[in-house]
Amino acid sequence: MPIQPLLDAATAAANLADIKPPLAPQEARIEANRCLFCYDAPCIMACPTGIDIPTFIRKITTDNVTGAARTILEANVLGASCARVCPTAMLCEGACVMLDLEKDPIQIGRLQRHATDHVAALGIDVLHAPAEKNGRTVAILGAGPAGLGCAAELARLGYAVTVYDKKPAGGGLNTYGIASYKMRPEVSLDEVRMIERLGVAFRYGVEFGRDVQAADLLASHDAVFIGIGLGGGNRLGIPGEDLPEVVDALDFIEQIHTRPLETVPVGRRVAVLGGGNTAIDAVTQAKRLGAETATIIYRRGPGEMSAYPFEYDLAKTDGATFLFDTAAVEVVAEQGHVAGLRLAKTAVRDGRVAVVPGTEWVEPCDLVLKAVGQEKQASLLGRLFPGLELDARGRVVHDPATMQTSLPRVFVGGDAASGGREVVNAVAEGTKAARGIHALLAGATERGPLQPSRLGMPDGAVGSGFDAPIRVSELEAALAKG
Amino acid sequence: MADLSTDFAGIKSPNPFWVASGPPSNTAYQAHRAFEAGWGGVVWKTIGEPIVNVASRYSGLTLGGLKMAGFNNIELISDRSPESNFAEIAAVKNRWPNHAVIASLMVDTRDRWHEFVKRSADCGADGIELNFGCPHGMCERGMGSAVGQNPEVAETIVGWVMEAATIPVIVKLTPNITNVVYAARAAKRAGANAISLINTINSITNVNLDTLVPEPTVAGRSSHGGYCGPAVKPIALNMVHACAADPEVGLPISGIGGIATWRDAAEFVALGASSLQVCTAIMHHGFRIVEDMKDGLSAYLESKGMRSLADLRGRAVPHVGDWQQLDLHSKRVARIDYEKCIGCNLCHIACEDGAHQCIDLVDAAPYGLGPGRVPGKPVPKVRADDCVGCNLCSIVCPVDSCITMTPVDTGRPAMSWHDYQAALASGAMQPIPPHP
Repeated sequence: MPIQPLLDAATAAANLADIKPPLAPQEARIEANRCLFCYDAPCIMACPTGIDIPTFIRKITTDNVTGAARTILEANVLGASCARVCPTAMLCEGACVMLDLEKDPIQIGRLQRHATDHVAALGIDVLHAPAEKNGRTVAILGAGPAGLGCAAELARLGYAVTVYDKKPAGGGLNTYGIASYKMRPEVSLDEVRMIERLGVAFRYGVEFGRDVQAADLLASHDAVFIGIGLGGGNRLGIPGEDLPEVVDALDFIEQIHTRPLETVPVGRRVAVLGGGNTAIDAVTQAKRLGAETATIIYRRGPGEMSAYPFEYDLAKTDGATFLFDTAAVEVVAEQGHVAGLRLAKTAVRDGRVAVVPGTEWVEPCDLVLKAVGQEKQASLLGRLFPGLELDARGRVVHDPATMQTSLPRVFVGGDAASGGREVVNAVAEGTKAARGIHALLAGATERGPLQPSRLGMPDGAVGSGFDAPIRVSELEAALAKG
Repeated sequence: MADLSTDFAGIKSPNPFWVASGPPSNTAYQAHRAFEAGWGGVVWKTIGEPIVNVASRYSGLTLGGLKMAGFNNIELISDRSPESNFAEIAAVKNRWPNHAVIASLMVDTRDRWHEFVKRSADCGADGIELNFGCPHGMCERGMGSAVGQNPEVAETIVGWVMEAATIPVIVKLTPNITNVVYAARAAKRAGANAISLINTINSITNVNLDTLVPEPTVAGRSSHGGYCGPAVKPIALNMVHACAADPEVGLPISGIGGIATWRDAAEFVALGASSLQVCTAIMHHGFRIVEDMKDGLSAYLESKGMRSLADLRGRAVPHVGDWQQLDLHSKRVARIDYEKCIGCNLCHIACEDGAHQCIDLVDAAPYGLGPGRVPGKPVPKVRADDCVGCNLCSIVCPVDSCITMTPVDTGRPAMSWHDYQAALASGAMQPIPPHP
């Protein structure tokens, strides 16, 4: 049977409403007043963009909410979307010293939303670009978080920036791929408009390699930034994969953002393949759009899922069910439509997951959502940038300090560089790349906000605060050392 | 239970907690409610020629989300007639014969003082408190703090009161004066039976940054008002101590100023107070707060082996003296308990920018030290040799008993500034070199 929309508009909208609603002004002040205003705060160190979190929270306590937004956005131009989509429990809030006092951490994400909502609602621009440009131009491929981070930083440094994207609007996955109960696309589109007001030009509907050639961009610009993210969803490689009700999870989520909710078709019995955060986003939204059952099917156990623990909890709360140590071996069709999944139990043999023979059964379902990862852009990148060095996993090789690639005037950031991380990592890498480009073209260095120097102290005191605070790069180095 | 019963200059009450003269003691209704809640006494809102009040009257100081950390008012004395007030005092005394009711008075001429003192005794009040303290409104008419700020005038008026008084007289002192002891001595010279302090402190709590008119606002204008509440307690404690320690004063002291808990009360008693008056905390939370004040004070006395308030009264007075009596050789240093440290580094930045640069941020690893939530995060470490023992780090630390100021034995005998000057004069020692 073809699948249909299941809920009316009002019910669907209510089901997909914010799971973390905005703080009222007094709630925000009370929460902000709980912050200890740590020095060299661990939350700053845990933020990939190094937002001076204690400072912006203190500004909320003094009712300088616009100033709070400036502190946030100067470090992270996508502060509004990160406030909603960051896994804060794994980042800033997970580092909050309140946890060591056996208290709830400060709700940094919601406070950040409070500040960025304030300037968005009042139409206040806290970031500015110099009126006089520096005469240099940069082309940016991809209007996702990495590209936007790079574009905003370069615009503020005086560059003429043009961003190219194949979609009809900017924002990348922030606009098209985030669960609705975390963020509405309008927030992301607002961020794009803010960056437009910094003087950045956007060209949409552009297919790289067809409409735009990298060689031309390199000829007409001083530098190029690659922020093209990842490609389409990986294929399952099983029979029945091309039936109409076998849908990429990101495409399903994009429909929720681009169509009226009451027109999004949803199965009554939905199967989601995969164990990552996208699988969670898909299974919870299927359930919230009226699916009677929504089941995650994952080849390994719950402990191996790449989804964060709080995402797993959310799915369970939403009534999703889980089949662990299970693999799909065939999509079963009836009259040209999905009728079920042939599943089999799996076991780990010699470190690899393998189907256990003789354990097969058919689980009825009418919609299969694929969340088994996205393809790397290796072939596209190879065609666009001959000589661009990629690693064995298809990621663009780069200098982690500057994000410069093997081609001197080509920089990279976001999922194309990392293989797939958080929005906040992508913004951070884009911003870092902008500073790398600035260092290359202008010989100048730019740094993030600084805490006061300890230069002049006797005995060479160590730790952060010499001339630059500890940032997440040092944290990662420490983590890597174990 | 420790004995909390109080005999204050002959005024008896079941406990030392009195409702101070102010909005909570304006009516018989409130007095009944106060006594039902457990208060030992009520100092009636000041009776005088009826006045006219304004709207608004109060403003509050909010600190870090804490409401009423300080409080200010421009309300005047009772706006009810003396007849109503004295009649209600009589009714309250009739219902509560073992509780203290004190008539607070403020009038101008000698005859009026004689009349109001007599009417107070006639209605059955246990005592009289002379309001020489209100710093707003009434002082512009030659009363309130205008009296309290001039010891000679105060002495004259107390003298008039004592000519007619048949019940104990308490003089309420204003803190809006260079040295409160002179006012206390004037009360003593004129024959007063006791003093109470402090009245409110002249203040402007805040300015409305939209209208640029301070609060409380009356039709676009404001006026300075009396400041009180928890924020004034340190000022009150100092003045109570000054009066308690002065050999010429020698009067029972009713402590007033920011008392909100049994701990505050115990501190006032330790510095010499015999009864305790509370207003702002009642205005914030109601009469019910007295239950914990009594319960907590009694438990504290018992825990220290004290049977009554007399065992605590004045015990802290001899511990306070002039700076020159302090030991210049005493040393203490901050010690951080890394089992408790949460890594906020507030001690570091406070010492670094606000004090004496003695707490470094160091790599945690070589010390095997605390907070492990963020790897590689530096931890604070005190350079004990350089620590001046100022307390700042232990004050800013948000964790109970994480930073302890630990005495260090210098092996040197105690030496006061006085001793030091004498030793220098006799050539027994060289000057202590200045701090580098």
